[in-house]
Amino acid sequence: MNEIVRLRQDIETGTKSGFDVYEVRKDFPILSRTIYDKPLVYLDSAASAQKPRQVIDTMVRTMTEEYANVHRGVHWLSSTATTRFEAARKSVQCFINAREDREIVFTRSATEAVNLVAASWGRTNLREGDEIVISRMEHHANIVPWQMLRTEKGIVLKVVPIDERGTLDMDAFEKLLGPKTKLVAITHMSNALGTINPVADIVRIAHDKGITVLIDGCQGITHLGVDVQALDADFYVFSGHKLYGPTGVGVLYGKAAILEAMPPYQGGGDMIARVTFEETTFKGIPHRFEAGTPAIVEVIGLGAALDYLTELGLDAIAAHERDLLTYATKQLSEIPGLRIYGTSPTKASILSFTMGDVHPHDIGTIIDRAGVAVRAGHHCAQPLMDFYDVAATVRASFALYNTREEVDALASALRRVQEIFG
Amino acid sequence: MMDDLRDLYQEVILDHGKNPRNFRHPEDANREARGDNPMCGDKLTVYLRVNPDGRVEDAAFEGRGCAISTASASMMTEMIRGKTEAQVKALFESFHEMCTKDDPEHVHHEGVDEEAMEKLQVLAGIRQFPMRVKCATLAWHTMDAAMAGARKTSTE
Repeated sequence: MNEIVRLRQDIETGTKSGFDVYEVRKDFPILSRTIYDKPLVYLDSAASAQKPRQVIDTMVRTMTEEYANVHRGVHWLSSTATTRFEAARKSVQCFINAREDREIVFTRSATEAVNLVAASWGRTNLREGDEIVISRMEHHANIVPWQMLRTEKGIVLKVVPIDERGTLDMDAFEKLLGPKTKLVAITHMSNALGTINPVADIVRIAHDKGITVLIDGCQGITHLGVDVQALDADFYVFSGHKLYGPTGVGVLYGKAAILEAMPPYQGGGDMIARVTFEETTFKGIPHRFEAGTPAIVEVIGLGAALDYLTELGLDAIAAHERDLLTYATKQLSEIPGLRIYGTSPTKASILSFTMGDVHPHDIGTIIDRAGVAVRAGHHCAQPLMDFYDVAATVRASFALYNTREEVDALASALRRVQEIFG
Repeated sequence: MMDDLRDLYQEVILDHGKNPRNFRHPEDANREARGDNPMCGDKLTVYLRVNPDGRVEDAAFEGRGCAISTASASMMTEMIRGKTEAQVKALFESFHEMCTKDDPEHVHHEGVDEEAMEKLQVLAGIRQFPMRVKCATLAWHTMDAAMAGARKTSTE
């Protein structure tokens, strides 16, 4: 068995035996704190996940013992930091099963990764009248960059509709793909509804028509993992901080052949082969897209987060989160007046809801005083909120460290809201 | 902790939140402005009829928002009616300080309607909820923009 195959297996099954959420919680220092003298019940991991000690310690150790700029300098520290930095790239490659590590571009965020594709691939490959297909359930980060490109290039944005359950209309999707469609940019999993989209089908249908595909994996990768070779997407973007890693680092995966044909995104240090005032030649991929000093500590921290997830095993995490979602759906459904948005047969880890005519922000404020942290708002998906004709919803999201007791705490805090609002 | 919540969600607020006063679009309004809170997606429109002397003859609003923003808008429309531009301004500024200043014994602006400020004290609990201050002040900022003749405002 070669090393990559063995590592892939580890990622799925985990190297630890058994998944014990109470043991896992000990890895996350913040989970032992109190909020307003109540134990913290953190149900906002879809916005940003908490960090395990393994990530925190790795980042502290990097800054304390092994820090210097990367890809420069011949001294020991720079060489060590570079080794660690590039090892993290390998970790990402392995985690998503990319063919080569040079297909991994580190960005500031998933948002920047989408913007990179829009600016570099989009400007190069799109002409006036060309079409991009997105969906009704996209995060603003997978809408606005394309709108900006539309303004610049005169391209057309088409939107795949969804049904009341929050499921993509796949017939409509197929019909939207025409001779002018150049790109499909769709989320792996809705951040506001939890819907898991049939991304493999989406990629296959689009590729049959020669259309490039970008998948927004911010939510999908944290709950489902991804094998980019099996998926065959041309681009897959995600952020580090939702994967239990630090903020300030995102990942753009792109197929090598496509990345190689793309011009640089930003100019500066670290992305050049040689600069004279007459001419500059650029480095190959991925460094061509990584101008300036990268988020060194954060990238290394992300590597530690992926190692941590590998240890637990994605299958065990997914099973635990499925149990929480099922339990929470049942518990919350029993609360009178509570309506759940997003009831797709394929969904994960997110419960979006409203309660009667109580505004989500009032709900958020009241349950916060019980130590329960949820997101109340439009989840950066206003077109989706418009679809359901609501300004906002409350979103509880479940991560690997949440427990059934925390779901109970949420339910009891919601009943408190009902007491206040009568 | 429950005291803070009770301070914020008093009966008066819940009542105004559920049954907002002057929740309508007067056809003879001569000034209006739209307010957005991009953080939560709340939006409301404030309609005013201001006579040539600068006195507010009618004030109303429409839109959707949380209990706090709706109650604040509702109370505001009741209070600014009959007031001159200067009186409205003084009330707005006093209210704004009440919501944002740490010192509960905030300085009222000269000429402010003390009775109105007394009533608005029910919203003073918002100081304990910094993330929600914008909910309480959205209608007021929007009204201020409408008075100034602007069409749109935002609390961001």
